[in-house]
Amino acid sequence: MSSTTHDDHAHNDHTHDAHGDHGHAKPGFVRRWLMSTNHKDIGTLYITSAVIAGCVGGILSMLMRAQLMYPHNHIISSGTEWNAIITAHGLIMIFWMVMPALIGGFGNWFVPMMIGAPDMAFPRLNNMSFWFLVMGFIFVMLGLLIGDGTGAGWTIYPPLDNARYSPGIATDFSLFSLHLAGISSLLGAINFIATILNMRAPGMTMHKMPLFVWAILVTAFLLLLAIPVLAGAVTMLIMDRNFGTSFFEPAGGGDPVLFQHLFWFFGHPEVYIMILPAFGVISHVVSTFSKKPIFGYLGMAYAMVIIGFVGFVVWAHHMFVSAISTDSRVYFEVATLVIAVPTGIKIFSWIATMWGGSIEFKTPMLWAIGFIFLFVIGGATGVVLANAGLDQELHNDYFLIAHFHYVLSLGAVFAIFAGFYYWIGKMSGHPYPEFWGKVHFWTTFIGVNLTFFPQHFLGLAGMPRRYPDYPDAFAGWNFVSSVGAMISGASTAVFFYILYRIFTSKEKLADNYWGEGATTLEWAVPSPAPHHTFEDVPVIQ
Amino acid sequence: MSGEVHTATNQIKSTVPHPYHMVDPSIWPVLGAMSAMCVAGGIIFAAHFGNFILLAVGLLGAMSTMYVWWRDVVRESATPGLHKMITQIGLRYGMALFIASEVMFFVSFFWNYFNYFFYPDKMGYAMAPVWPPMGVTTIDPFAIPLFNTMVLLLSGTTVTWAHHCLLEGDNKGTVQGLAVTVMLGLAFLCGQAWEYTHSPFNFYHGGVFPSAFFIATGFHGFHVIIGTGFLIVCLVRAMRHQFTPQRHFGFEAAAWYWHFVDVVWLFLFVCIYYLGRSAIVAG
Ligand code: HEM
Ligand SMILES: [Cu+2]
Repeated sequence: MSSTTHDDHAHNDHTHDAHGDHGHAKPGFVRRWLMSTNHKDIGTLYITSAVIAGCVGGILSMLMRAQLMYPHNHIISSGTEWNAIITAHGLIMIFWMVMPALIGGFGNWFVPMMIGAPDMAFPRLNNMSFWFLVMGFIFVMLGLLIGDGTGAGWTIYPPLDNARYSPGIATDFSLFSLHLAGISSLLGAINFIATILNMRAPGMTMHKMPLFVWAILVTAFLLLLAIPVLAGAVTMLIMDRNFGTSFFEPAGGGDPVLFQHLFWFFGHPEVYIMILPAFGVISHVVSTFSKKPIFGYLGMAYAMVIIGFVGFVVWAHHMFVSAISTDSRVYFEVATLVIAVPTGIKIFSWIATMWGGSIEFKTPMLWAIGFIFLFVIGGATGVVLANAGLDQELHNDYFLIAHFHYVLSLGAVFAIFAGFYYWIGKMSGHPYPEFWGKVHFWTTFIGVNLTFFPQHFLGLAGMPRRYPDYPDAFAGWNFVSSVGAMISGASTAVFFYILYRIFTSKEKLADNYWGEGATTLEWAVPSPAPHHTFEDVPVIQ
Repeated sequence: MSGEVHTATNQIKSTVPHPYHMVDPSIWPVLGAMSAMCVAGGIIFAAHFGNFILLAVGLLGAMSTMYVWWRDVVRESATPGLHKMITQIGLRYGMALFIASEVMFFVSFFWNYFNYFFYPDKMGYAMAPVWPPMGVTTIDPFAIPLFNTMVLLLSGTTVTWAHHCLLEGDNKGTVQGLAVTVMLGLAFLCGQAWEYTHSPFNFYHGGVFPSAFFIATGFHGFHVIIGTGFLIVCLVRAMRHQFTPQRHFGFEAAAWYWHFVDVVWLFLFVCIYYLGRSAIVAG
């Protein structure tokens, strides 16, 4: 379609002065990967690091499910070790797997391309965001491995992580890892907003922007406003631990519940930070493989904006049993239920997009349909948990674990794989093996559902979260859950085989290998996308 | 509105090169991130083992990175054709968004303060539900804090004076205005240092009131230091005639930041010093 017009050798004579790497001499390894100012290379770095972090976090989860396979197991030697593992698993999966894959990875690769911009607004800052993430990963690993590790859970509540109960330096490393990851996200957010608001090609008005770009825009605003509050809370924790303050220390007059407020004021927007980019990916995949434009485009965009706003005023639904007043409970319950409305808009629009479309069940579409299906289950259990009365019973038990794994491990992660199979040809230039893609999907689908569906039953029966052991009565479903985890673990091997096949493939792909359904700008450039795209301003009608 | 509108197939090819500034590869970002890691690790080592070496290395690295990186930016801005209008607008977005995130950082510390101010019964253990807590002697808001308020408000006007001179092309006036602003910033910091060293309560193991007080005012003081540094850089650049009436975003960013610091102070003065004063105040 456009391969001839996008030959970028044609405009070497343009006035891009001082572009050191602009010629087509290949930059050396250090220059390309350590000093990068190229959004595609930085996106690749993010995706690679997300794969590595995902493996580390995944191994930790396999350990946990191995321990919980039978009652009174001794795979993990002590409760302290257990606590360190669950903490690191949660932190790594959220901050070093889901966020880097969706925002840093796909966001970096495709936001500039989709709006017809040649790169991000602040390329050096972009690179620094990535390296802050790496430094944070080193710290979170130190927090896991030094001494007893960090055992306060990913929610890092005091007093669990105060100087009395977590005296070692491991906890300080984990807390500072959040600072480092937070700075990374914050700089990334500023970069995305500036890019999207300032660098759209002529004709690419806000109301024509692809939904993935909308998703990243809203996500970036959530990051910009939520991350600093977490940073403040973590700073106060570190001061309490090390510098004799009493922010959350009752002995000096402090209030530990205040930490929960600050944490969840960040934490609830954070869950939308993880799922909004996923919504964006799913919209593109569903529209492409239904060969129809997305149903209710504007409604889809503004549903995300509304979710972003409302997401800031529902935080205390995580605190229904934390000594908040009855009036607060009523308010937070109702406000939380309101979010189900824009979320419903999204689900119904995806279904309406598929309705009457000529649907092609390629691997990305399977993941997308899997996403919709499983996210609906997770959303429904969310509505259950939002009832303050019910949540008195369900809070912090396996029903909650099932809820957030349905929206995250089965929601966000499915969207990551949907995006991966959708775009890998554009990123690498080579096709993935369709058959193995489907094997990967089905093994994962069966594995994760076996893992997490029984956890609803365990939770309703009263099994609490964050314990390494349980009464014999819970043995049956725990066994099923662990078998499911082993299956999903094995499906990762399929994924690595697919990666191997992609990167050893000799086959070349056309610009738009999905055909008429794929309409956004990244499909107008060659596959793989050249190092520099849109050196000439594209004009969108 | 249908999805049709944002299609690649509707794209028109032009031969107009894009107007953005494509930045050369740079090693500073990696060094910056590594320095930040050293600072973080350095704080941990200092707190646990009293060893300040890593912290010093990290701070040195961070400062040097900032110096060389921003030196590059200044050079690029002086290279014709790199910072076109659209790139300057992008920088404005960047600075405005950064300030927005800083506002949220302060929100967390004000939230901490108001938690006890409005709900003193939330204080731990058997503390009487009054704020400030029983027995706490607070700082007289009409002594140094009022003086510092005046200093900062005045500095807000002097930086505007410098801005107007800049717009008029009056470089001497710009330098004077900036110099006075920097001096006022330093005066503020001296006032705060005196206040801290003479405060009637202690930071270390002083309980919840000093914690809330020192984190909010201290974090603000830290921002005054950054803002003053930023203004000093602008002063040097003004003396070197690097600003023109048309192009001086570096200056404007410093001024925005300074006004932001100023506004935060007004909130601190009213909410913490004035509304949070106790019956017994110490001058
Ligand atoms: C219809 C939308 C949703 C509703 C009504 C909802 C509701 C809730 C409620 C009430 C809780 C607290 C339960 C408790 O602590 O006892 C909760 C926990 C949680 N939710 Fe959701 N949720 C929704 C969507 C999501 C999404 C989209 C995500 C992430 C992608 C998510 C991730 C989480 C996580 C991680 C937790 C647990 C945090 C923890 O305690 O460790 N939720 N949800
Ligand atoms: Cu929530």
